[in-house]
Amino acid sequence: MATKKIAGIDVNVNEEGFLTNPAEWTKEIAVELAKEEGIELTDAHWKVIDFCRSAAAANGAAPTLRAITNGSGVSTKELFGLFPKGPAKKVAKISGLGKPEGCV
Amino acid sequence: MKTFLILGAGTGGTMMANKLVKRLDLKEWKIILVDKDEVHYYQPGYLFLPFEYYKPEDVYQPKKKFVPSGVEFILSDVELIEPEASRVTLVKDKKVIHYDQLLIATGTDIHPEEVDGMLDGWRQNIFDYYTFEGAMALRGFLKNFNGGRVVLNIKEMPIKCPVAPLEFMYLADYYFTQRGIRNKVDLIFTTPLSGPFTKPVSNKLLGDVMTKKGIHTEAEFDVMEIDSASNIIRGYDGRELEYDLLVSIPTNMGSDVIKRSGMGDDLHFVPTDKETLRSEKYENIWVIGDAANIPASKAGSVVHYAAETLIENILSALEGKPLTAKYDGHSTCHILSGFKKSLLIDFSYDTEPLTGLYPFPVVGPFPLLKESWLNYIGKLSFKWIYWNIMLRGIPFPLPPEYSSAGKKQAAVS
Repeated sequence: MATKKIAGIDVNVNEEGFLTNPAEWTKEIAVELAKEEGIELTDAHWKVIDFCRSAAAANGAAPTLRAITNGSGVSTKELFGLFPKGPAKKVAKISGLGKPEGCV
Repeated sequence: MKTFLILGAGTGGTMMANKLVKRLDLKEWKIILVDKDEVHYYQPGYLFLPFEYYKPEDVYQPKKKFVPSGVEFILSDVELIEPEASRVTLVKDKKVIHYDQLLIATGTDIHPEEVDGMLDGWRQNIFDYYTFEGAMALRGFLKNFNGGRVVLNIKEMPIKCPVAPLEFMYLADYYFTQRGIRNKVDLIFTTPLSGPFTKPVSNKLLGDVMTKKGIHTEAEFDVMEIDSASNIIRGYDGRELEYDLLVSIPTNMGSDVIKRSGMGDDLHFVPTDKETLRSEKYENIWVIGDAANIPASKAGSVVHYAAETLIENILSALEGKPLTAKYDGHSTCHILSGFKKSLLIDFSYDTEPLTGLYPFPVVGPFPLLKESWLNYIGKLSFKWIYWNIMLRGIPFPLPPEYSSAGKKQAAVS
């Protein structure tokens, strides 16, 4: 595990740059992480991020695409527009959550 | 007389019926087991059917054979569960059962209709192997398949036996090699996850297995639609893949009765306490196996380990004691890798699959996260263990809790 300075704060990250402690996340960090992915955050992005943060707080894991679309009311197509190429993983990263995983 | 009602006579329901009949006072309790199907399928065997490594009759037996005396078995679908009234209505004769305790073991089913266009080519050149019918239909198709593009797609997580798609690819590689047509077959594995292996240790050790076997991976592939007229599977990100054979792992959802009863989450899985295995909402409802939303793999080994916790918690609850047994997410899985070899993995909620030996340190004998012939023999002998020991609720001489003994923590460094 390594630490990285994002938006002026030292946070713990894994090899792929995902925050390992969701509690270290701030909105400023989200803005920086989004920039790394080439995304400028708009209200539409924040709606998804806010949903993912609260879903993860309740369930202990980043939500799946289905959970995001059902819970936030944003369609899968729109999600791919907002977070191109793999929204579930990108949203998880920007929201300071672990990436969606399998068992191995 | 009080009623202990079990819905579903699959792996979990059958195992628990066998345990409950031994532990409950049958002068006080009536145990009823309900299932819509007379046949019990050995689901790990589905993987072998398409490649003719198993005969169809290897994977089924009558359910009644595993229903212990002292348990009433009713053959019927379930129409509705009304948890507030502790009442269940069956489809057959609209029979109403008032229960004191309810165990939900209704499993999960596949839903190919969740992908636009999939049903157009269903069982023509699009198949599943998560059902007996699907595995047998695919077997018929493969017999006459002499080359082309074989694409496997996982629609979304969670799925039953998350390693089975990997095993399918490895066995397909082996099968086409045996038939002498491997050079005429392209094998393409598509997954919505970041790759075939997502955990650091597994990825480090096994990440290149697919490439070595000549299996191409399309990661982070979220299927949007299937154009079965042109045999193209299309992703939301614009990726298009042609196929001659599409093997699909469709969306897995909990039983329709859970949906009808309004008791499930987005995928109709029942919200369940991941440690006690009691319903999050109802004190007299318990959930085991694929029907539960717990973040463990949907797999028979999970059911087996969870059953040990569940029986203790049910008995505690009936005696008015606190629920002290805790399921830790322990799971043990085989990954068949073809060419008579298999990998074994052992993990829990908190610990990813690691290397080492299972079940005992030093002597093993089964190596973890490593291909071996001994693991392959272990996997094959499991069918006998399933029918003769597991389903009958006979305890294994293995502890249900995950143990870090014998495992190496430093494998990734």
